[in-house]
Amino acid sequence: MKRAAFGHISFPILLLLPQLVIIAIFFYWPAGYALQSSFYLEDPFGFGSTFVGMDNYTRLASSSSYMDAAWFTLIFTSLVTFFALAIALLLAVKADKVIRGARTYRTLLMWVYAIAPPVAGLIGVMLFDQSRGNITQLLGMMGIEYRLGVNYWDTASAMITVSIWKQIPVNFIFFLSGLQAIPQSVREAAMIDNRSGTRRFWDITFPLLAPTGFFLLIINITYSLFDTFGIVDTIVKGQPGNNPMTLVYRVFVDGFRGQDLGGSSAQSVVLMVLVLILTIVQFRFLERRIHYT
Amino acid sequence: MAEISETQVAATAPTRPVKRIRWDTIGDHAVLIAGALLMLVPVYMVFATSSWDAITIHREGMQFGFGEDMGVNYNAALFEYGGFTDSVNGVTMLANSMILGLGFAIGKIIVGMMAAYAIVYFRLRFATLAFWMIFTTLLLPLEVRILPSYEVITAMNLGNTYTGLIVPLIASATATFFFRQYFRSVPEELIEAARIDGAGPVKFFIDILVPLSKTMIAAMFIIMFVFGWNQYLWPTLITTDESLFTLVRGIRQIIQSYADGSETPDYGQAAALAIIAMTPPVLIVVFFQNWFVKGLTESDK
Repeated sequence: MKRAAFGHISFPILLLLPQLVIIAIFFYWPAGYALQSSFYLEDPFGFGSTFVGMDNYTRLASSSSYMDAAWFTLIFTSLVTFFALAIALLLAVKADKVIRGARTYRTLLMWVYAIAPPVAGLIGVMLFDQSRGNITQLLGMMGIEYRLGVNYWDTASAMITVSIWKQIPVNFIFFLSGLQAIPQSVREAAMIDNRSGTRRFWDITFPLLAPTGFFLLIINITYSLFDTFGIVDTIVKGQPGNNPMTLVYRVFVDGFRGQDLGGSSAQSVVLMVLVLILTIVQFRFLERRIHYT
Repeated sequence: MAEISETQVAATAPTRPVKRIRWDTIGDHAVLIAGALLMLVPVYMVFATSSWDAITIHREGMQFGFGEDMGVNYNAALFEYGGFTDSVNGVTMLANSMILGLGFAIGKIIVGMMAAYAIVYFRLRFATLAFWMIFTTLLLPLEVRILPSYEVITAMNLGNTYTGLIVPLIASATATFFFRQYFRSVPEELIEAARIDGAGPVKFFIDILVPLSKTMIAAMFIIMFVFGWNQYLWPTLITTDESLFTLVRGIRQIIQSYADGSETPDYGQAAALAIIAMTPPVLIVVFFQNWFVKGLTESDK
């Protein structure tokens, strides 16, 4: 709050009202509903529901297919986060170094941000298509048999590749901005102290980029968990079958295909706790960071 | 002329070493070009493929060169009515995407700015409570509370309406937080001066704060528009009426015909639709990249 604030009562309430009404109806109501139905077992034909306590949660914990999805999500998230960050960092360091064409490279590397995940997924489906895909044919020439939608890990690798591709631009923009915020004096001092570019990067640039990197780590985990929904859905062509699934995709599949309202809601609550943890970590970190900037 | 200037340069700097080829700079450019190609080539291939007939694509996969069917494919993607009820074509979907993108961006900015103004500039007893209420929405993306949100929309009879499509997406606080952050960085002297001049809260907001936030509003608008345009899951769930389909939603329909395998999907037309779906957001991001980068790097901190 500002020191010289206005003292009105009704006007600020009026200002807050639209936001509060919208989040009450479209956020709190559904969220409460999810929490509530996670304790009930709903009859699939709509003939009422029974209170089952923690049953939906214990059912999840003992479901091997849910645990498979959880493991897959962990692997998927780690790989997407690592490669999307590493490739973007490499490109940002190079773009920051070149004097000529830095802006052109920025334009060329950032625009994929604007492509919708399902459109990216469609491109993936066409490139990795079992019989006609260009990448499939390329792999075939190298003697690798690639079967999208049939082989679990083949499908997974397509999901991971497309998800990394889609996320590189965001990371690139943040890393490049972070690098360009390093003062010239620090760069010059580092130049005098150390002639080796690699050493300079790991000793000076990398620690200075660490706050950006940590922030991006959270952003990338969130992206892998939630925003890849469109990519996963298009690559499995809306037919999950035995294909790999992320946890968020499973919430959708169990809820809308399986009509398992209680189970789907319990999964929502589990994910909610996961996001809560991520947010707390992020905010604790950000608070600390404010002190030294 | 060239000779003269060369000798002059040589004369002024006689001890400067001969310019050698800088291999590390070439290496930097090579990495960047490889990265740019990684981003460009897949989309270029979709574009090239959109100019071929379905049979060629079915036989040979995506194309690198251009064919002769570009006009045919784009014409079909834009104007041919498709879907189960023949009630939607590319132009309708384009219009719906535009309504969703604009409606979401404008709605979110207005609602978010108002709330942020109330939180930052007024002494409210329940300001902290309101802040935390709004803050909590960041914990639960729409994807996570998808099933209950769908039930709520159905209960309110908002399925297959633009309201049902747009408003629930606004129910998160990203814009509020961004503007709160920004307003807090506005110098306090401004509001003191405004009060001495006798400006009330409405006048201060409209005449001083909004014009001051112009760049930030623009940056927010670009990010939110792209976000709204690219929505997938929510439109897929709540629009069963094909006349409300967005382009991104239409992409799912194409994928479905891939999956069925019942007929040869019109690949060329599908590629054309993908290009149409990505063009507006990509153009906005490329043309307004300075605002976009500013918004992206400053909003989430």
